[in-house]
Amino acid sequence: MPLWLEILINIIFSYLASVGFALTINVPHRALNLSGISGIVGWMVYWIAARVGMGRMLSNLLGAFVIGILGLIFARIKKCPVTVFNIPALVPLVPGVPAYQAVRSLVNGDTNGGEAAILRVAVVTCAIALGILLSTMFTEMLSRTKKFYRTRHNRYNS
Amino acid sequence: MTTQENEKFYQEVLDICLTAGRLMIEGGSEMYRVEDTMMRIAHNAGVEDPRVFATPTGIFMSLDGGDLMQMKQVRDRNINLELVDRVNELSRQFANRKINLTQLREKIIEVASDTPTYPLWLQILGAATFSATLMVLFMDDYDWVDFPAAAVVGTIGYVFYVYFKRYTNIRFLSELMAAMVMGLVTIGIHALFKQTVVDNILIGALMTLVPGLAITNALRDLFMGDLLSGVVRMFEAALTALALGGGVAIVIKFLGA
Repeated sequence: MPLWLEILINIIFSYLASVGFALTINVPHRALNLSGISGIVGWMVYWIAARVGMGRMLSNLLGAFVIGILGLIFARIKKCPVTVFNIPALVPLVPGVPAYQAVRSLVNGDTNGGEAAILRVAVVTCAIALGILLSTMFTEMLSRTKKFYRTRHNRYNS
Repeated sequence: MTTQENEKFYQEVLDICLTAGRLMIEGGSEMYRVEDTMMRIAHNAGVEDPRVFATPTGIFMSLDGGDLMQMKQVRDRNINLELVDRVNELSRQFANRKINLTQLREKIIEVASDTPTYPLWLQILGAATFSATLMVLFMDDYDWVDFPAAAVVGTIGYVFYVYFKRYTNIRFLSELMAAMVMGLVTIGIHALFKQTVVDNILIGALMTLVPGLAITNALRDLFMGDLLSGVVRMFEAALTALALGGGVAIVIKFLGA
């Protein structure tokens, strides 16, 4: 499969997945499209990072970080809570495969494989949560520096 | 210090704040946002120092100057972001003095009694699309054989989950039953069409119910310092995952796949 087709499929499918999930959890009408876009960007960042070879944790963290920042921007624009954009957008990053593999290995009596898969779930989940947390911190820092410069500027003018 | 009409006012503020908080928790909001919204409503109503403590199973609130301290229990928790958005919007309008306290009360009761939801067929369509597309995204090998199968299994499981939830009060039972139905249907499809892969179909279909987001939310609560609600939510998510895994495991164990 050529690369451009792969990218195209990834973009379309991540949009559909985010919007589909948004429909099941009753996201407000005006946020549907933007949550899908945030889903695309987050998934593509994750996908490219994983392709480049950044490893599971770092690429999930980057994806969640970008989703968090986009969510904060969209929340400003649409005047919605941030969760409305973040939850559907994070869906493609959720560690569904290792979670299923954990169950599957435990059913087959492979305790070691199950433990490894559960650990992978824990690492990915922690990475996602950290990414969201970092994005919150980042925007807080940004607004604080902006405020700092504005006040200093005013002092010079007066 | 509490006169007759003062008491009435305090009671009203408490009622509004507690209902707003309950709605937000039922919608799946973060705890700091719940507490923040309740504090804001009380502040804007003219109470100097409101005190709030919110957990996923109950909210406690008291106001200074009154003798009142009340709580409200929260029975069902799921993700319904429309609720969070509505309450947030109302709180914002109240802060901007666009509506007064009586109107806020009426509107919050209106939100509690009927929130607009998407029609069921649209929700089911959403479940079908996203279980099929997520399967492709996750597996990364672009097998188009399992694509329709994942959509079908996801749809059947989701419909079963929604209807079963209306008939039982036992938590986690509907997840268990839905997972079992998904497993059964998947194995049936695999028996009919040999080239499908059971694991791929189930991964896509189960994503409709997997609490991955609940775990992420729980971790965020923990990081924000709401330790109690973080732990409670994490445990709830773990139980849901256990129910799903158990359902699939029972079917696979009995029928073999």
